[in-house]
Amino acid sequence: MPIKTEPFYLNIGPQHPSTHGVFRLRVALDGEVVVGVEPIIGYLHRGIEKLAETRTYTQTIPFTDRLDYLSSMTNNLAYCLAVEKLGGLKVPERAEYIRVIFSEIMRISSHMMAVGFFLNDLGAMMTPVLYMWREREKIMDMFEMVCGQRLLYNYMRIGGVSQNLPDDFMPAVKKFLAEMPKYIDEYDQLLAQNEILLARSKGVGILSKDTAIGIGASGPVLRASGVKWDIRKMDPYSIYERFDFEVPTGDTGDCYDRYWVRMLEIRQSVRILEQAIAQIPEKGAVCADVPQFFRPPRGEAYGYLEGPKGNIGFYIVSDGSIAPYRLHIYPPTLINITALSDMVIGWKVADLIIIFGSIDVVLGEIDR
Amino acid sequence: MTLLEQFQLLLKNANWPDWAVYLTPAIAGILLILVFVLTIIIVFIWWERRLLGRFQLRTGPNRCGPEGIFQPIATAIKILLKEDIVPDKADKLLHFVAPIIVFVPILMLFAVIPVGEGAILVDLNIGIIYIIAISSISVIGIFMASWASNNKYSLIAGMRAIAQMVSYELPVVLSIVGVALVAGSFSMLKIVEAQGIPYILQQPLGFIIFFLGALAEMNRSPFDLLEADSEIVAGYHIEYSGMKFAMFYLGEYGIVLAYAGIMATLFLGGWQGPLLPPIVWFLIKVVIIFSFIIWMRATLPRLRVDQLMSFAWKFLLPMAVINLVIIAVEVLVLPLSMQWLIIILNFGFAAALILLWSKLFTLGGGRVEV
Amino acid sequence: MTLALNGEEIGKKLAEAFPAAVVSSDKLNVLVDSKHLQPVAEYLKNTSGLEFDYLTFVTATDYLDYLEIVYRLVSLKNNHSLILKTRCHTRDNPVVPTVVNTWRAAYYQEREIFDLLGIRFEGHPDMRRLLLWEGFQGHPLRRDYL
Repeated sequence: MPIKTEPFYLNIGPQHPSTHGVFRLRVALDGEVVVGVEPIIGYLHRGIEKLAETRTYTQTIPFTDRLDYLSSMTNNLAYCLAVEKLGGLKVPERAEYIRVIFSEIMRISSHMMAVGFFLNDLGAMMTPVLYMWREREKIMDMFEMVCGQRLLYNYMRIGGVSQNLPDDFMPAVKKFLAEMPKYIDEYDQLLAQNEILLARSKGVGILSKDTAIGIGASGPVLRASGVKWDIRKMDPYSIYERFDFEVPTGDTGDCYDRYWVRMLEIRQSVRILEQAIAQIPEKGAVCADVPQFFRPPRGEAYGYLEGPKGNIGFYIVSDGSIAPYRLHIYPPTLINITALSDMVIGWKVADLIIIFGSIDVVLGEIDR
Repeated sequence: MTLLEQFQLLLKNANWPDWAVYLTPAIAGILLILVFVLTIIIVFIWWERRLLGRFQLRTGPNRCGPEGIFQPIATAIKILLKEDIVPDKADKLLHFVAPIIVFVPILMLFAVIPVGEGAILVDLNIGIIYIIAISSISVIGIFMASWASNNKYSLIAGMRAIAQMVSYELPVVLSIVGVALVAGSFSMLKIVEAQGIPYILQQPLGFIIFFLGALAEMNRSPFDLLEADSEIVAGYHIEYSGMKFAMFYLGEYGIVLAYAGIMATLFLGGWQGPLLPPIVWFLIKVVIIFSFIIWMRATLPRLRVDQLMSFAWKFLLPMAVINLVIIAVEVLVLPLSMQWLIIILNFGFAAALILLWSKLFTLGGGRVEV
Repeated sequence: MTLALNGEEIGKKLAEAFPAAVVSSDKLNVLVDSKHLQPVAEYLKNTSGLEFDYLTFVTATDYLDYLEIVYRLVSLKNNHSLILKTRCHTRDNPVVPTVVNTWRAAYYQEREIFDLLGIRFEGHPDMRRLLLWEGFQGHPLRRDYL
């Protein structure tokens, strides 16, 4: 006689240690096996897009910090790129270099958080996170030097950056770059061949190449699936065409590849930083002459860049006034979780957590 | 003659009534164990936090008292002052009883762990069997807690608990049998006395199996699936607070202390050691094992539930059986004087078997088609 | 560089394939009639030389007279991009066909547009609010919502 069974619904989140914010997953379980998953978002929705309609262009920059708060600099930059595209502004040479330097430092920091918390989701009880934080702490110090903030920087400005680099910044970043490869080696030594990490993440949560392109995934998630697509290389913004770096890709698109691509990208970021530090002009303006109440001409522009989490973009429609008529934020992590159900169905609850962790979401960005 | 029996004799000679002669030393012994266990648990909590801090590039608690030694006391006060919350739809009786059922068997284990020559509450001639029997009661308490909480996370934890605890019982028991075979007794005192050379050298494979099995039995990383905080938040004690939670918390450390004591007794020569008094040697061994467990906790990620099960059934159980056969044959064939030959042989076997098995099998089944 | 394709050329190409589809086109973008959106999307995705396999973003803007939906398409293979637009001229219960079947990337973004601007995407498998809660009245990103 067949036994009548029904799925067991488990509500993961919005308050849960591994949802990286206030994310809610409604999971249908058959024993431990996930048979259905439905992400429910919006718990952190602050209406930034609507708020921006009543602020001047410059006043919106602090909002962008609060999107993906682990990579505020690149959010700032993406927004500024969009406004500059809209207004046809030229950014001074030194400011371009400063922007690249901070984007790459931000990428290192964000990837380290991603990898650390991925391991935390695997159950490695804070140790990897705290090892990653050792280096992130130095990055935070550097950010503090230039803008006085450690998390929400508000540093980029339309047409440049808010202030020049302080004198003690360059020695700090040089020291950091000299030490960093050694630390990355250490992380790889500790993690890359860990038997349990391999058993848990190899082949788990595969996002196939076609699905990844179909859902419009971007960033490390897309590259881990084997698509060699990096906006820094394919559509260079700022001055990325001047730097020599590689775009690492994965083979299968499993959780391990997503972890590994991030580690490789940290190395590439260090490479870019070394070149940028060597090339940066000693003197020069760091911000173009932009009026406080900047009025871009009528029109629309889409500014985007390769953020740590993926392709972050700002679509701005201007009606010629001091405030954007419409600001749309393109959130890479929301797009990356589109195929979550494809990736997790059939795996266990524990895998669901690490697959979600390997995508590296930040709820500030998903919910806006 | 154990210290307890000596005490009884003393009272008898002092012409105490019979019931008092029997009861007084027993109650004294129980109180002594309670105080001993609780003190050590408090020190352990502090030690774990400090050590974890060092492993994780931070200092750990260092504000309460010298080196933060009073931190566990502060924690205890905090936990005890919390409101005792029982979920509305919970099974009130089971919810109340579960922490007791978890904690009491753990305390009972200490009755047969010798901390010095004769320093044992009761020298049962079936000491090991008593340990095996008593230690598997806790799982019922854990299952009761997880069921009674009426919480889905804890229900998952309960399902995992049954699967995990029952599976890992087998390799643990089989590796203990190897020890009993060589020692020729089930009595804990006799096993210690039989260890001229600690059994960890004579039965390295047995020790590894016992250690891993015990890790799973006491829900320690990498087998801490019952309370996997990144998946099922806190597992079976998710709905507990106040004193009831404290019971689970104490039980968690109590069982580590108990298993560390058992491991020290069975494999590391118990209280034996030169120069220092027996109790100190015993504690040193316990702390070494405990520190090793903390090290694993700080370093290793967690296994998945199917990997955990296959690790027990495909890896530990066959190894334990083979280990038992090897030990049995050695006990039969080789004379006791050839200890060193046995040691070399067993290390060879252990290395060969572990290598062979790691080539032969993979962890877990992976994706399930739904 | 991702080459931003000239909208006029693409508009001509589209006009050949679907005579009634293209409303207007200029250098930056192509505006198509929403009735023909789905075949146009399929055409853009599958025609060799275009192969827009990657949809970056979908968003909508409220211009008070009409609502405009913007699609930015990228071809990872040929490394070029195109901005496709469509309009809807009613404000009460506007409906546009979905492109989820062509580009799955639109799945959450169309839900978000429905949530914030109130444009219903016909054929979307799960047309519910995304960010705001179910009982929410109104659509905040419309210009007349205060």
